[in-house]
Amino acid sequence: MGLTARRLDGFAVGTVLCALLVAGPLIGLPLSFIVAPGGLSRFSGFVPEAVEATAALLVGVGAGTFLLGTALAALVSFFEFPGRRWIEWALVLPLAMPGYVFTLFALGLDLPGIRSTLGAVCVFTLVLYPYVYLLARAAFLSQSRTLLEAARGLGLSRARAILRVGLPLARPAILGGVALALMEALADFGTVNLLGVRTFTDAIYRVWFIAFDREAAMQFAMLLVSVTLTLLVLERLVRGRARHAQLATRGDLVPPLRLRGVAALAAAILPLALVGLVVIAPLAQLGVWSLQSIHEGLLAPEFATAARNSVLLAGMSAILVPVVALLLAYGVRASRSRGAAVASRTATIGYGLPGSVVAVAVIVPLGWLERRIDGVAGTGLLLTGTVIGLFYAYVVRFLALAWGAIEASLIRIPRQLDDAARGLGCDRLDVLARVHVPLLRTGLVTAALLVFVEVMKELPATLLLRPLGGDTLAIAVWQATTESLFKTAALPALLIVLVGLLPVALMIRLSGRGGVDVEATPAVGAWVDEPEAVPA
Amino acid sequence: MSHVRVRGLSKSFGAIDAVRELNLEIERGELMAVLGPSGCGKTTLLRVIAGFEQPDAGCVVVSDEVVAGPGRIVPPERRRVGMVFQDYALFPHLSVEGNVAFGLSKRSREERDALSRRTLELVGLQHKARRGVHELSGGERQRVALARALAPEPELVLLDEPFSNLDATLRAGLRREVELILRDAEATALLVTHDQEEALSLADRLAVMRDGEIVQVGPPVEVYGEPATRWAAQFVGEVNVLSGVARGTGVETELGVFDLRVPATGSVQLAVRPEQLELSAREGGNAEVVAREFRGHDVLYRLRHEGGKVLLVQLPSLRLHEVGDSVFVRPAPSAVPALVD
Repeated sequence: MGLTARRLDGFAVGTVLCALLVAGPLIGLPLSFIVAPGGLSRFSGFVPEAVEATAALLVGVGAGTFLLGTALAALVSFFEFPGRRWIEWALVLPLAMPGYVFTLFALGLDLPGIRSTLGAVCVFTLVLYPYVYLLARAAFLSQSRTLLEAARGLGLSRARAILRVGLPLARPAILGGVALALMEALADFGTVNLLGVRTFTDAIYRVWFIAFDREAAMQFAMLLVSVTLTLLVLERLVRGRARHAQLATRGDLVPPLRLRGVAALAAAILPLALVGLVVIAPLAQLGVWSLQSIHEGLLAPEFATAARNSVLLAGMSAILVPVVALLLAYGVRASRSRGAAVASRTATIGYGLPGSVVAVAVIVPLGWLERRIDGVAGTGLLLTGTVIGLFYAYVVRFLALAWGAIEASLIRIPRQLDDAARGLGCDRLDVLARVHVPLLRTGLVTAALLVFVEVMKELPATLLLRPLGGDTLAIAVWQATTESLFKTAALPALLIVLVGLLPVALMIRLSGRGGVDVEATPAVGAWVDEPEAVPA
Repeated sequence: MSHVRVRGLSKSFGAIDAVRELNLEIERGELMAVLGPSGCGKTTLLRVIAGFEQPDAGCVVVSDEVVAGPGRIVPPERRRVGMVFQDYALFPHLSVEGNVAFGLSKRSREERDALSRRTLELVGLQHKARRGVHELSGGERQRVALARALAPEPELVLLDEPFSNLDATLRAGLRREVELILRDAEATALLVTHDQEEALSLADRLAVMRDGEIVQVGPPVEVYGEPATRWAAQFVGEVNVLSGVARGTGVETELGVFDLRVPATGSVQLAVRPEQLELSAREGGNAEVVAREFRGHDVLYRLRHEGGKVLLVQLPSLRLHEVGDSVFVRPAPSAVPALVD
């Protein structure tokens, strides 16, 4: 036997433990069926209702984002018209608009029929189509012109060539985008709750807050997880096949067709009208309401506290989550251990999952631990009654976001640099501090920004886990909207959207530079491409 | 006692034995080259000595300290072994000076400054100390990599194919320069390469490696002139293998009689280098020129001997023979070829 017979590596062990800490609660979810087998039956009325609403939502949002996203992507990829370069990026802006903020806008204007499943489908389609749009556009732009030209040489018109060749080639990317949009819709709580659509996330909330039944909430969460995981697996399968597509080399791109006259005008105006409806109009309306609320003294007295809480939570998470992600990603690299690699991939599973699921999954083990500690030290609600539980949930939920960004940058650092540093007297932590952190700086900052924005927007986990008096801007928006105090909700909503525009602006700026900054690009890519880091 | 000792070293990756019970000794201040084809395990040997891989068996001793052996693995950062990587692995976020001083972080500030300045002067880059490494040419990058490895005054410097990333025109000049720098620094160095010319011209001694084992160790002249095996003869330079019958100090072959260094009898195989043959133009000679490779200072001819054998002959480019010419091949005066298996 060799003399290196599998010595226990501290790095590998640390990485595995850290990963288990993050993934543990989610792995523990199914246990609730064993602990309290009858939990679900107490709320048996909720299940068919939730299944029906969730299914309707999935079908509607799937069809809506598919049509809207694909059509817009085809428009900007295959045609040239005045303002195309601006419109191409303006169409991404709805990414910054959380569903519940748009819902606030729609409810405030009292749009007819909005409080229905159809209304929710419309809202989700309008704010989630960019996922399909971005992936479809990337796929269209990477297509080789020779394929379309071959189709036209065989007698197809340009439009039919796009339909019969361009579209099928982009199908994996488009379906991937639809899967992402559907996962976002599944994870949403604010929109469906405000519109009275009783989906799974809403059921979890009601079971938790109205009935205080944790086991049943866990079981509802488990049902929701199984739907999400099914989507994830489907997305993986579809995406896996995409790699065989023929990619265009530079200079071999499909030349866009120049539109003229009415067609050109329509091509420019319709997308702008869409962005106007989804982003500009709500922003303007929120601005007006905000001013009115300040003048009329309608601002909630807790507004300042909520803003401070939001910034503190988002700011601290923006440090905590990238640091944990960096340690995990680096632990895998430094230990070269397969176990650590598997464990850390498992730790990123939280991102595909709705915030309410994560909250429910986190609270049970924390509560158990808390009672043990309380028994010894008399510390009371040390974990679930404080922000500790909330931070834990944020780490579980958003780890993949930072991990994907950091891992993508990390693999670009040649291993020889690690070896070179080791040979020059650095131990493994020195290598991290003196070589990797400086080289990953851009990626780390981007990861921090993304986490900051996501925590600012986050509603369901915060709602379920916030300590007393720990309201955030997102909660303030939701609370005021449920009470139809639209003007009161406006200012916090406006702030959330404005902060949310930061990463979108960053992404547009980076793309405009033609991918000069190799370190930051994958981070933004990871954000658009969220569940990429989640194992199927 | 040798400065660096490698004893019975084995390392395998799955079913592949990269290094097999290998022994190697390097004297203090010596420049040793390991020469072998790609995949022979030479880079693995280097990485085991540096500490990036752990051996399955055997031991590595550097300056009387066991750095890898049964029950003892010293991590790379505590081995005092410097390494120059094939693609240099310079830290892109640091200046030239920052790279060179990287391994000196545990020294005092004055010592660090003095050492990095002295090392930069040694490689002649003191005027570029504050440049970023991306501003440097290939040759300069290599000198920075060398300076970085030398700055902490290691017991041993390892160089992994150090010239493979450079233009052929740069290579010869840099080779000499690197040799001078290493000798100036009085460093003990182990260089691995697959380039025969590089190993022959640079090293004090060279070790020929094949399939994880060392076939022959010795000074370049000896390895070239007296190859231990037919494979070593063919790998280190070009060779014609001829059969002959030995009678004491001479061997009779179809090309004539060659002298032997050590008397022998019976049928033998001779490793005859291309420069150990000579030829003259002659109608009805014993060979025909099949191809000619003009190399400026000399010419390599490929001949077909009347017996059917293809022969390589290297001559100064004083007089040229054309392809298709009939020539007469014979042993060069004073040629003493080696016997091989």
